[in-house]
Amino acid sequence: MMFKQIRPALSVLVFMTLLTGAVYPLTVTAIAQLAFPVQANGSLVRDAQGEVRGSQLLAQGFAGAQWFQPRPSAGDYATVASAASNLAPSNPALAKRVAEDAKRLQVAGQGAVPMQLVTTSGSGLDPHLSPAAARYQVARIAAARNMPRASLDRLIDALLETPLIGPQVVNVLALNMALAENQDLSRAE
Amino acid sequence: MHIQDYWLILAFFVLVLVPAPFLGRYIFRVMEGHKTLLSPVLLPIERFCYRLAGVDSQAEQDWKGYSTALLMFTLACLIGLFAILMLQGRLGLNPEHIAGMDWPLALNTAVSFVTNTNWQAYSGEASLSYFSQMLGLGVQNFVSPAVGLAVLVVFCRGIARRSSNSIGNFWVDMTRGVLYVLLPFCLLLALFLVWQGVPQSFMAYVHAKTLLGADQSIPLGPAASQIAIKQLGTNGGGFFGVNSAHPFENPTAWSNLVEMASIILIPAALLFTFGHYVKDLRQSRALLASMLILFVAGFAVTLYAELQPNPALAALPIEQSGAFEGKESRLGIAASALWAVATTAASNGSVNAMHDSFSALGGMIPMLNMMLGEVIFGGVGAGLYGMLLFVLITVFLAGLMIGRTPEYLGKKLEAREVRLLVMTLLVMPVGVLVFGALGVSLPGPAMSISNPGAHGFSQVLYAYTSGTANNGSAFAGFGANTPYHDVMIALAMLLGRFGFILPILAIAGSLAAKKSAPQDGNSFPTHGPLFVTLLTMVILLVGGLTFLPALALGPIAEHLTLLQGF
Repeated sequence: MMFKQIRPALSVLVFMTLLTGAVYPLTVTAIAQLAFPVQANGSLVRDAQGEVRGSQLLAQGFAGAQWFQPRPSAGDYATVASAASNLAPSNPALAKRVAEDAKRLQVAGQGAVPMQLVTTSGSGLDPHLSPAAARYQVARIAAARNMPRASLDRLIDALLETPLIGPQVVNVLALNMALAENQDLSRAE
Repeated sequence: MHIQDYWLILAFFVLVLVPAPFLGRYIFRVMEGHKTLLSPVLLPIERFCYRLAGVDSQAEQDWKGYSTALLMFTLACLIGLFAILMLQGRLGLNPEHIAGMDWPLALNTAVSFVTNTNWQAYSGEASLSYFSQMLGLGVQNFVSPAVGLAVLVVFCRGIARRSSNSIGNFWVDMTRGVLYVLLPFCLLLALFLVWQGVPQSFMAYVHAKTLLGADQSIPLGPAASQIAIKQLGTNGGGFFGVNSAHPFENPTAWSNLVEMASIILIPAALLFTFGHYVKDLRQSRALLASMLILFVAGFAVTLYAELQPNPALAALPIEQSGAFEGKESRLGIAASALWAVATTAASNGSVNAMHDSFSALGGMIPMLNMMLGEVIFGGVGAGLYGMLLFVLITVFLAGLMIGRTPEYLGKKLEAREVRLLVMTLLVMPVGVLVFGALGVSLPGPAMSISNPGAHGFSQVLYAYTSGTANNGSAFAGFGANTPYHDVMIALAMLLGRFGFILPILAIAGSLAAKKSAPQDGNSFPTHGPLFVTLLTMVILLVGGLTFLPALALGPIAEHLTLLQGF
């Protein structure tokens, strides 16, 4: 009885491999590349010269007071492989790291540091911030760039995403791209 | 909780529950060979497969023949996938020149995907070629849930048929499951996901110069097609290492909602498929009620726990809000809690946030969901056949209470069936408690623990629970890729898969052979509120009580320590 099942076992496996392992992903790829070429190829962000500067969906590191900083990353924004801290709530290392980050980020007179700025994300590549976490950085950036806070607030408002079934977020790379362009402008003036 | 969280929860239940009766009827018609909307397209493909395999689609098997076919197929899949993973360095479709896996990891991964567990001791973007992802793992993502579905319909036929020796044809059931149930929905879901931002490309990783001039490598691949089946087939193995927390795997709140609903979509529909088999949809609704009670209760606890500030951070000058470590901004706390409960209630195992960083009680519910045997919706097929085992146990206990021979839908349960039932009850305790105890006691394996204190114990407990329950999610700080854990978790996964499937096929065979006893007014009704209550209690007592001491040592101890302020 066992040996009679060898042929169907092997041939069904080969058939399924071709169908679900080749025909299916190739079909999806063909339709996706035609219908949604930008998303299918990684939602790449290019500068004016056409150079790839990152992906809209992947956070990148922004050290320096003059930039919006994304959430801290357990893998230092590594994309291969992505990583999380996996620190337990009871792990003293978590409290220690949060305390250090909070001390560094706290701005006098602005109240408590938003939770998102002191916690690492699940992917280490979280491209977004909550509006509160972005606004918390406005005073610092305004001082560093010598520009009015109001224009930074307006920038955040302009880039806010508000899905019906999810939290409001703003894309950090988009904010910083806008800042970079603005910087070029202010130099030109 | 914000207004959008309520919309999300509402939308989730609508997407899961509204299609269920229709999809359930469709699956019933497909599995019994009736004509459906897709038959004109798919029937020629189906026939071609049988011709290639030399299978007579009209010839049915008895339970032993069915089991043999299932085991031979699994063995072929296991060997094939193991070989692909070992040899991926030379198989092509490998633009990043990723080398073959070592044997313990290849064995662990092969078992993991063949048993519909999708436990991942590796990170996909760093350790797998496109070839392995598509032609290796992707294929198992389709056939392993189809095997679960096949076993379920055999169980349904066992209850529905009278004095019959045959219970179906494995090759036919499996093929139909893939062709008519999984493929069409995956195609739609994959395209939706690309629209939302999931990559689908065969190009090499793109090299970018970031705004500040650092090098960034942007991983690509045929991700959307794989993620669609990973969600719909209750597989859970991510294309990227951090699974659906990765912005490429789950780019928006909308992709998150749809991926989350996809976890439960087919398991919920199968309740109605069962109702059509036994020609009594009241039975479907009773089981659905019991599952919903357990699901909503678990979700309420997890959500509440996740929204509480962490006492260990109370003294710091930070916003005192819910646990956000390991969670994504675009998803938020409510969506992460709902996903965690859904993915462990169903045996999916994909994650959109890191369970290891959940609050102590928020991380306990996912564990408890798995310990109950993944019967709250559960895996494709696997969830409902696990639930039906609990139904039979409940009927047996009720029979003892009222002093009658227990019977379910006209089938008497006798010594043989009860012996087989008890065998299945031993699977979870052996896999979780025995293997888990070894994992924490042996000095070498215990080195894999990454968090101190009670949570470290929880990590091992979670790993072996996830393996045995064929879930695949993890407290991911746990260093699972050591030869010891690779092999032991592989054993736990095999035990959890075949420790259920083989007794179930035997029970189905023996039920199908029985005559149907006339249902008189004295038989115990299995569709009313009384039965739903009894069944829910039995699941919690028989399934859950075994693990209470272990949970007390892990998450409960951690929770109390945190409240005490160390």
